[in-house]
Amino acid sequence: MTETTVASPGTPGGSQGSPGKARPGPSGFRIARFRDLALVPAILLLIVVGALIEPAFLSADNLTNVLQQQTELSLLVLAEAMILIAGKFDLSLESTVGLAPALGVGLVIPAASNGLGTDWPTTLGIPICLLIGVLIGAFNGLLILRFKLSAFIVTLGMLIVLRGLQIGFTGGQNLFALPESFLYLGNARWLGLPASIWICGIAYAIGILALGYFRHGRSIYAIGGNVDAARAAGVRTDRVVWIVFMIGGFLAALSGLLMTGRLGSVAAAQGDGMIFTVFAAAVIGGVSLDGGKGTLFGALCGVLVLGLINNILTLAGVSAQWIQAIYGGIILIALMLARVTSGKAQD
Amino acid sequence: MQQTATPAVEARSVTKRFGPTTALDDAGIVISEGETHALVGRNGAGKSTLVSILTGLQRPDEGEVLFAGAPAPSVADRDGWRRQVACVYQKSTIIPTLTVAENLFLNRQSGHGPINWRSLRGRARDLLDQYGVDVDAGRLAGELDVEQRQLLEIARALSFGARFIILDEPTARLDGPAIERLFERMRALRAQGVTMMFISHHLEEVYQVCQSVTVFRDARHILTSAVDRLPHDELVAAMTGEAAAGYQARSRTVATGAPVVLSAEKLSLGERYRDVDLTVHAGEIVGLAGSGSSGKIGLAETLVGLLAADAGTVTVNGRTPKPGDVTSTLRAGLGFVPEDRHKEGFVPLLSIAENATLPIAHKLGRFGAVSPALRRARAERMIEDLTIKTTGPSQPVGDLSGGNAQKVVMARALADDPKALVVINPTSGVDVRAKQVLLGAVEDAAERGAGAVLVSDELDDLRICDRVVVMFHGRVVKEVPRGWADAELVAVMEGVSTHDD
Ligand SMILES: Nc1ncnc2c1ncn2[C@@H]1O[C@H](COP(=O)(O)OP(=O)(O)OP(=O)(O)O)[C@@H](O)[C@H]1O
Ligand SMILES: [Mg+2]
Repeated sequence: MTETTVASPGTPGGSQGSPGKARPGPSGFRIARFRDLALVPAILLLIVVGALIEPAFLSADNLTNVLQQQTELSLLVLAEAMILIAGKFDLSLESTVGLAPALGVGLVIPAASNGLGTDWPTTLGIPICLLIGVLIGAFNGLLILRFKLSAFIVTLGMLIVLRGLQIGFTGGQNLFALPESFLYLGNARWLGLPASIWICGIAYAIGILALGYFRHGRSIYAIGGNVDAARAAGVRTDRVVWIVFMIGGFLAALSGLLMTGRLGSVAAAQGDGMIFTVFAAAVIGGVSLDGGKGTLFGALCGVLVLGLINNILTLAGVSAQWIQAIYGGIILIALMLARVTSGKAQD
Repeated sequence: MQQTATPAVEARSVTKRFGPTTALDDAGIVISEGETHALVGRNGAGKSTLVSILTGLQRPDEGEVLFAGAPAPSVADRDGWRRQVACVYQKSTIIPTLTVAENLFLNRQSGHGPINWRSLRGRARDLLDQYGVDVDAGRLAGELDVEQRQLLEIARALSFGARFIILDEPTARLDGPAIERLFERMRALRAQGVTMMFISHHLEEVYQVCQSVTVFRDARHILTSAVDRLPHDELVAAMTGEAAAGYQARSRTVATGAPVVLSAEKLSLGERYRDVDLTVHAGEIVGLAGSGSSGKIGLAETLVGLLAADAGTVTVNGRTPKPGDVTSTLRAGLGFVPEDRHKEGFVPLLSIAENATLPIAHKLGRFGAVSPALRRARAERMIEDLTIKTTGPSQPVGDLSGGNAQKVVMARALADDPKALVVINPTSGVDVRAKQVLLGAVEDAAERGAGAVLVSDELDDLRICDRVVVMFHGRVVKEVPRGWADAELVAVMEGVSTHDD
């Protein structure tokens, strides 16, 4: 008689687990996926709105334009999303956007054009720029991992220091005399699309594959979710986070490079103020500031949403003086909507 | 117990300090090939610290670890360690934001090349089936309940195929049938020649599954013996350093006409429980018993406001708090000890003083300010009352041993002199002596006029109750007055012999 009520070992559906919480169907994974696609309807809606407001919106030229304008931001969001998923922070990315190309350019152009007077071969310009990005990431990582400092404070400090360095050695001047190579990426078209869109697309493709389908990419999620557990599972947590910071710096430098090429100069304030938008895009895209949650695809959708909103506001003829306030307000609303659709607190 | 053969695992004169605390003091352990070896000791004796050293998570300050006579791998060589030893740690190592499948195969999702998610889920399902864990491999681990998460950890540890497995208090949060299944698995593993180290505060479990036992006390090795040559009393004496005494439930009479301090009326919540009525009078302790699927935890979590019922009302101390709102329930005068102390019990980085006085912060100063001196004084009293082993009120709770952290949670529940008290598995992971302190604290509260609900998987705990309400598959099936026999209660919990309807 007793045997009838006591679950035998190994019986699926034995008495472990409370029935109320269990069995939401085999859908758990798909719900996570679904969250990823949550912004797709929003993007479609924005496209419809854009088309209604201004027929020119749907022209290939305008759409390419929207995409190209977002490439720089999207590379930063890619970097920030990875760092956030690993459970860390990097505020200094926006300063890297200015400093890395400024140094890359400054070291190769003549002193007469505000260069540093080193006059290194111009072919070194781009490699230097990218290397600086990696070094900044490595230095952030060093302070955060080795010296156990808070990522928030370290990168906030670096944000100011790096910007200060750039202003210091350029004397606050914009650098105009760019080598050819710098202009190329910002202006070239490959197969009919701007090179920067290709670069960005490829970067995201690599990122999405790496974080979705490769062990090392997945370990970033593990670290952000529970560092101790990741360590116990054999993930070299410090090394992975360090590499993530370096990749972040690299992407920020690349973003600066594209911006430099597109604008034809390195402004002293290049990248200034981007970090808010970067965080907003990541969070709207479902990346948690708590670490361990979110996808790069979601982050990319976040970027697109913001890009479309910006473009629509411009096309709608909102006056330049007001656009910032309205844009900021819309971002806040988007954050609230993201909160409602995801059903969870954004912490 | 002759060490003629090389032991499978050996730790030699290991010392480990954490700042001012010496967690292990020249302690060691020798585990022979193929045996299941128990490690017991009071809370804070250094058991979990030894586990982290035996699994290579921490380096000992002094001493060495040997596997089959050979020195252990270096701390950096995680893979080397994982081939030697698998472990279910006391603190959860499940990553809530990843799926069950990914947690199982963390950092080994694929050999080389990309992860094939479909096949990963398939492998996970096989593994879960093999260990009889009924969890959907595609779910997020964070959605699982305590019990399922623990089963997941066990399945994962076993899946490595290591020949030495450490289980640090695996039974602390499982209910009876689940523990039985675990023991079945352990016996099967032993039959295959796997060596195990088993930590538990339930000494009878040690007698059930282990062949030898090592006792630690105050960071030192006290003795190692074959289980059948060490009677229960001597084991307790070795652990505590004094003669054993069982806990005597006090006799108590609930005044007739005592006011009702906590009641539930026609409560229902989804599939978890239906139509539950419950009344608790001042000065009364009501036990809530049942198997894992009985809904008792769900009911208790509804009483404290962690869950909101679909229907019915909860009344605390004459007030009706907002359903699903812990704050308003606490305001109404309720204190509680949650099931999962790591999740809802404490803030690991805050000190003992801050954690324990969280609910009464408003009483420790004016205008939102908290007086540190007052807080410290209160905390010191709690540390003394509940014999919390710590360096002082300012130690972060995250650094305490498991059982001592549990006492902080109890201290917090009692901080505001609650009129109603709901405690869920309060003695999970606490040692024999601490258990007496914690149960004593519940009885003290009842004597001060509080009404308590005690949810427990342990019959011994339920002895202090004036009556025990038994649930089965979401319904209250029986109410048993004080003086029940074990077999009687178990039968009702398992759904046998409910011939009252
Ligand atoms: N990371 C740490 N920092 C500071 N102190 C620590 C740390 N880890 C453990 N301790 C201290 O070391 C001692 C031994 O702790 P340990 O966790 O090994 O005990 P335990 O025997 O496992 O107890 P329990 O049965 O309660 O789990 C305790 O006094 C604890 O406070
Ligand atoms: Mg422990």
